[in-house]
Amino acid sequence: MTHILQNKNDTLVVKVVGELDMLTAQEFREIVEKAMAGALVRNMIIDLDKAGFIDSSGIGVILGRYRKIKAQNGVMVLCGMNENIKRILEMSGILSFIPFCSSEKESWEIIAKKAFKGA
Amino acid sequence: MDRIVKNRIILEFDGRAENVSLSRVTVAALAAQLSVTLSELEEIKVATSEAVSNAIIHGYQNNPEKTVRLVCTLYEDWLEVEVKDEGVGIKDIKQALQPAFSSDPERMGLGFVFMQSFMDEVVVDSQVNLGTTVTLRKKISSSGVKNKAVS
Repeated sequence: MTHILQNKNDTLVVKVVGELDMLTAQEFREIVEKAMAGALVRNMIIDLDKAGFIDSSGIGVILGRYRKIKAQNGVMVLCGMNENIKRILEMSGILSFIPFCSSEKESWEIIAKKAFKGA
Repeated sequence: MDRIVKNRIILEFDGRAENVSLSRVTVAALAAQLSVTLSELEEIKVATSEAVSNAIIHGYQNNPEKTVRLVCTLYEDWLEVEVKDEGVGIKDIKQALQPAFSSDPERMGLGFVFMQSFMDEVVVDSQVNLGTTVTLRKKISSSGVKNKAVS
């Protein structure tokens, strides 16, 4: 499990590689929290293109970060999920309030639009 | 259940987060001996992951020295996964099965929702301070030719 992080224009891009379950959700939480504490992070893109599995622990950790981003009027976008992951996220209900798209490029467009509108 | 057992594995492991993935991969490998589709296999993995995570997080309150027992049985056209802990037990099973019920603010109480959505039967047997056994059963369509898993 690797989380590749990039911070550009106050937006943290988190790339999930591998599985997001109870074990890796904990790693994800720690790494992202550290990144958020060390730099100005307003928005977040979570790229799931290389994620192979997610369960409720993984959804919980995404939801936790979403609440933090939302609390500071930032925008979170999920992108690049495969069919199985998308089905699970849909069932969880989080896709009804977290915007999602197919690529990181589109995520930047969503953020630009939402940030312009004042989120 | 009076059915012919095709295969069975019994696995005991420490209640460590590392073992959640081990348990779902093991169950999936066994399930692949039946004619399961890739999508069914994914559902079985999620349901197993939820049951084992619950045993570790709730049953054993993250105490890694405790043992989780998993029994996975293949019948002709059924898969059965039993996950047993000897932990704190569930006071109110009915409440625990409710969507959005969770004792942890960062979880959505989705564990049982996924188990119930992805499996045909979910049976929870629990006694406070004695432990919990979750039994998951899934009917496997024997004509699973379409998208058959090739792992």
